[in-house]
Amino acid sequence: MTVDAWLQMAINDAERRGVPELRPLLEMLARGTQVLRDAATPAPDDNHPPSRR
Amino acid sequence: MTIAEFSRRLRAGETTSVETTTECLARIDADNEGLNAFILVTADEALQTARAADRELAAGRDRGPLHGVPVSVKDIIDVYDQPTTAASRVRDGHRATRDATVVAHLRSAGAVLIGKTNLHEFALGTTNEESAFGPARNPHDRMRSPGGSSGGSAISVATGMALATVGTDTGGSIRIPAAACGIVGLKPTFGELSTDGVVPLSPSLDHVGPLAQTVDDAWVVCRALGGDASPRRLTPVPLTALRLAVPRDYFLDLLDAEVRARFDEALGLLARAGIRIHDATIGHARAIQATYLHLTLPEAAAYHAPMLDTVAERYTKPVRLRLEMGRYILAEDYVRAKAMRDQLCREVDAALANCDALVLPTMPIPATLIGADTVRVGDSSEPVRNTTLRLTQLFNLTGHPAITLPCGTTAEHLPVGLQLVGARHHTAALASAALACEAVLGATPALAAARTS
Repeated sequence: MTVDAWLQMAINDAERRGVPELRPLLEMLARGTQVLRDAATPAPDDNHPPSRR
Repeated sequence: MTIAEFSRRLRAGETTSVETTTECLARIDADNEGLNAFILVTADEALQTARAADRELAAGRDRGPLHGVPVSVKDIIDVYDQPTTAASRVRDGHRATRDATVVAHLRSAGAVLIGKTNLHEFALGTTNEESAFGPARNPHDRMRSPGGSSGGSAISVATGMALATVGTDTGGSIRIPAAACGIVGLKPTFGELSTDGVVPLSPSLDHVGPLAQTVDDAWVVCRALGGDASPRRLTPVPLTALRLAVPRDYFLDLLDAEVRARFDEALGLLARAGIRIHDATIGHARAIQATYLHLTLPEAAAYHAPMLDTVAERYTKPVRLRLEMGRYILAEDYVRAKAMRDQLCREVDAALANCDALVLPTMPIPATLIGADTVRVGDSSEPVRNTTLRLTQLFNLTGHPAITLPCGTTAEHLPVGLQLVGARHHTAALASAALACEAVLGATPALAAARTS
């Protein structure tokens, strides 16, 4: 799903649920989602992500 | 008074736990109405515990450096038979049926629990303004936020209402208020301290840790929270053996001018003391904020979903809306964020491979005015929340230990914090490096002013 399509779906649902104030927050989130997708890299070759624990 | 000073005086017979606890309670009586640091003060229980601590010591039982020390606890952490409000009306009627693991360890170490401190509702915020109990206020300027979410905790230590406190940190909630109030805050390695009995915000990012007046005090409390009541004494790293790295790109791009000046002065002092300092790079730094949002919001929404569906009106509106936002994040973007977190983790590990710690400011700005949604940074107007989290949230994503210590004040006497970040699972080494830096920065008049104002 594209970010634009997701955003429209989310705004429509928020309005249906009576939370229209979410719109500017969802628009801000959509910008972040685009940044994340643009920056996303393929999984590392070794298939062993570092453990945080 | 620091824990170290109290400890020395207690064992020299120059004070008692009852006397010091009584002094803390008197400060709460005098200042809490204006600062709103405490949600609950347990004076009778504290004095009872203090009397027991004094009796134990007189009988020859010494539990270690926290014996008889008055400590406050953020009100998102369970203390037996007390409400855990999380500063929210959603939690009305709650009463903890047992101690959180870290609280049980504090009791075993002999600490005197003096009360529960105010916070940003459910720890989902950086200013402490959205609280069912009203905003907490910065003791350096009551028109300003103490930082958050552990704002009440930081105030309690900065004003002598407690000698130390326990906070939580999901994006900077220990380090931000510690920096804003001019004290030390330590976020250990992810998973090092138990979060059992702590209301979760984002379980893959949540940390528990101490706020205290000095690095040494913070270390003693950190070890006690982990169940080690008598830790090995911390020794500073020799200055000429210490190597620090500054991640400049992104991290120093957006800084208040006075924060930049204090940070540069601190680096100058550390370099002149013999510490070697070089630059470092975090290649995907510009994805940090997006990664953080796409992990923390869905995890928070998952916990809060039943309450959002039934008692949504009991949340403060901004917190409710942020939680609702998390319900819309796609699973595929959550997975992308997890992969980016792993990438960022590798990049921080690589930056630390050639040094003992990363060094950067804790907050890009000083404490913000209560009620402000935006803040001027140079020529631009920036959102308070995003700006406040900008330099701390990476190390929640990666789990590296991080500590803030004071490094001077602005012209308006607002504290500025210096952040050090160490290798994962080497919190003791980070604390030793911070102890060495504190000894250098402690010589500056600005730091002395911040500590005594």
